[in-house]
Parts: sequence; C-alpha cells; structure tokens
Amino acid sequence: MGVAVIGASMTKFGQRDAWIRELLSQAGEECLTDAGVAPDDVEHLYVSNMASGEFEGQTGIMNLLAHDLGVLPAYSERVDQTSSSGGAGIYEAWQSVASGASDMTLLVGGEKMTHKTTGQATDIIASITHPDEYKHGVTLPSFAGMTARHYLERFDAPRESLARVAVKNHRNGVDNPKAQFQKEITMEKALESPIIADPLRLYDFCPITDGSAALMFTTEERAREITDEYALVSGIGGATDTHVVHERDDPTVMGGVVESSEQAYEMAGLGPEDLDVAELHDMFTILEFLQLEGIGVAEQGTAWEMAMDGATAKDGELPINTSGGLKSKGHPLGASGVAQGVEIYEQLVGEAGPRQVEADTALACNVGGFGNCVITTIMEAAE
Amino acid sequence: MTLEAGMCSNGHVSYPTHPLCPECGEPQEETFDLADRTGEVVTWTHSTATPPGVREPNTLAIVEFDVTDISGASDEFVRALGQVTTDEVETGDTVEPVYVEELRDPDAGIKVPESQDWDGYRWDPV
Ligand SMILES: [Zn+2]
Repeated sequence: MGVAVIGASMTKFGQRDAWIRELLSQAGEECLTDAGVAPDDVEHLYVSNMASGEFEGQTGIMNLLAHDLGVLPAYSERVDQTSSSGGAGIYEAWQSVASGASDMTLLVGGEKMTHKTTGQATDIIASITHPDEYKHGVTLPSFAGMTARHYLERFDAPRESLARVAVKNHRNGVDNPKAQFQKEITMEKALESPIIADPLRLYDFCPITDGSAALMFTTEERAREITDEYALVSGIGGATDTHVVHERDDPTVMGGVVESSEQAYEMAGLGPEDLDVAELHDMFTILEFLQLEGIGVAEQGTAWEMAMDGATAKDGELPINTSGGLKSKGHPLGASGVAQGVEIYEQLVGEAGPRQVEADTALACNVGGFGNCVITTIMEAAE
Repeated sequence: MTLEAGMCSNGHVSYPTHPLCPECGEPQEETFDLADRTGEVVTWTHSTATPPGVREPNTLAIVEFDVTDISGASDEFVRALGQVTTDEVETGDTVEPVYVEELRDPDAGIKVPESQDWDGYRWDPV
C-alpha cells in the first residue's frame, strides 16, 4: 500500500522553557491542523524519544501525548533508537500504514535536554556505549574526533573541508526560523573555536537542544481525497551496525548507512543520481562526509571535495541540509529524524519558503549512536 | 584482570568478547589476553568536554593488535579502544597496555556503579 505524508510541523528548536509534555503536544497539535485531520481520525500514534526518563523523569510519554491530543483510543507507542529514534518513528509509521494496520498515523518526535549541564547531557548520550567503551569516558564527540583524524590522515583531506560543512549549514539555518541558530559563521570562527575532540572544534558539533517535530501519514488513496499537496514515502530502510565502534572493519565506513540506503533505493527503484535534495545527520561535520559516501553520492574518501567545491550548498548540484542540519537547527535527539522528514516533505510540497530548492525526490538519513542504527527514507512529490 | 579477546571456531577474533561471534554467529569458545602485547595507534583524540567523573582532557586511542601468532586465528588483527597514559600520542605509535584500577569515578555518571567494571587498561607509548 502506498504511504503518503500529508502534514508536518515543528516547534522552535533551541533552549526552551517548555518540558517534554508541552513540546510534544505543541508539535502534535500543529501537525493535526496542518494535515486537516481530526484527533478522532488518528489510529496509531508514535512518539520518538530517546531519554525522557533520564532527562526529565517522565516516562510513558506516548500515553501522555495520546491523552493530551484527544486521539484516544488510538494505539500508541514510544520509539527509542537513540539519535535515530525519529527515523525509526518514520519507519514504524510507514509500517503501520503500509501493513494496513492504520489508515491515519501521527508521528511526533521530541526531546527536552537543555536543563541538564553539558556534562550531564553528554553522559546520558554516552550511556548508549558498550560498558568497555563507557568506562574509558568515551563520548560521541570523541568517536567523531578519532574518526575525523583517521579520515583526514588517510584520504589527505584538508581540515578546512570540515569547517566548510559547518559554514554551509549555518548559512542554510539563517533561512529556517525554527532553527536554534540563525546566524552565519566564518571559516576563521569555525577553525579557531575551542577544541572539543581534537581535530574537531566547537563548530564541528551540533548543540544541545529542546524541540519537537511531527508528521502525518496516511494511505496514498486517502491522501488524494484529503489534499493535492502530499509526498510519498517511496523507499525506506533501516539497519544496525556494531555496538562497539572500534570493531568495524573500516572506521570510515558506516555500514548502517550503506545498508539502509541500499534498501531504500531498491524499494523506490531509484539511485543516488536521482536525488534532488537530502538531509543528512550532521551531528558532527565529519558525519556529512561519511553519509555522502555511505548513500553512494560520493566515492569513499572523496566527499570532502564536494564540500570544498560547493556541490552540497543550496545552489550546488545536490543541496545537503537545506534546513541548516542538526548543526544549526539543533539536535533534540528524538525529534531530529522527524525534523529531517519535515524538511524533505516541505521541500517536496513547495512549502520550504526561502530554503526552497527544486525537488521531486529527497532523502533523509538519520543516524543513531555513532552509526550504530541508521534509517534512510526516500520521499517523492506526488504526481 | 585481563584484556580479553574472544575467538570463534572459524578463527574470527573480537575485543571485547561476545557470546556469539559478530562475524559468523558461532559461539566464541576461546579467549586470549591482549594485555601482554604491544599495539599500534590507529587514531586518537584529546577529548576536552568530558562527562562527570572523567579526567579532562581525556586522551583516547584506538589501537590495533597483531594476532597472526594466535593459533587458529583467521583475522590478522583486533582493535581496542582505551585511554592513553599521556596527552602526547601520534598515529602509528607503539603502545603497551598498563592496568588502572579506576578509569573514571563510578559514582559520578549515570550508570549504576555495580552494573559494570571500572578497571581496565590504558595505552602507554613504548
Ligand atoms: Zn566467527
């Protein structure tokens, strides 16, 4: 059964006073309105969230949101796949409609993080690692630092290429009123910012963020009755890589990205050459390179050249992260994959405003952990 | 305390061990200790934004151990992540594991202290 997206919403991302309950209900309510769907019509509700219990002490948030939105007695479920919870939510929502289990599925992703110190938030995120990694004090940024060093040394890539990713995504974020940062940065600023995990500096990392985003899924048939403006989920794939990061055969290959994108391309009957725009999980600048290579847009060890050439800029041959990416939009863990979906949906239905590019086919790649779990989604504009 | 690697009947080696081999799914029936070997640094970082209970900076490295001398091993090397004893380290350096009783403060982070071991090995450049 063809699965369509008929509505999208996103709260302001950033440092918010709202707690998880309010963030989720705000995005959920706006999505119902955007889709023109009554709460009664929702049959499944998925809530993507990594750690509301650890961050705030609030658990059972699928039930909380279902009640607050008046979608009872809809089936509800919380989806946790760490940083790729949002993408996993898209996968669940797609499955629910594709299988015929639900005719109308609301997906809301959200996270409340900024009330914790940076150290505490880093520790909650680092708790996803294997005990033999965690005890060494490893953090996700330190994996990024080690991988970036290996990439730069092995492929003789200039350090500037990483900074270009940050500058580009901050530039894109200026046009996104929901982004945490709407300000351009210079190469100098990126290259002279404090070291976080050598060779990576502050501007190679996304911030800690509160926020929520939502998408409404239904059958293609029902979408046609409701609206002219919808997108189709034409391909989706999910895959898991090693839990222990150093056990991967090649430290610069994200197997989950390769595997999930191959599945998504196969389902859609498309290839990397067919993409018009993509949202990649730039939690760290180096990840944009690894994903461009993993989804087959660039050969291994060459994605940095695309950053240097401007090929991934908004006016380049394949615009990457027109939303500003996690880098400037922010990264409320469970919301991020859903927000990627919001951006590609808006690009496909022509609602991206100043960020609009010409696009009929779009891809989103949502990475959990350090490539541990990955969901790749391909959407196409309705005919 | 050992730096224990596991090996399945097909000679696939992993560190840490797993109940079933990540490569082929066979049980890992053999183990051997990497602690008395030297390894080579594949990559490293100075982590300066560390969580509660972790030293700052925390210099970390991924090290590769040659295992071609292990009888029955079909893998040529196995990698391991660990803290480095010094902040002065480079890719390609030879290091040896040195035992440390407490790699970070078990009481400061989110994990239940009793749920895991806190001792282990740091890499000391030779
Ligand atoms: Zn095996």
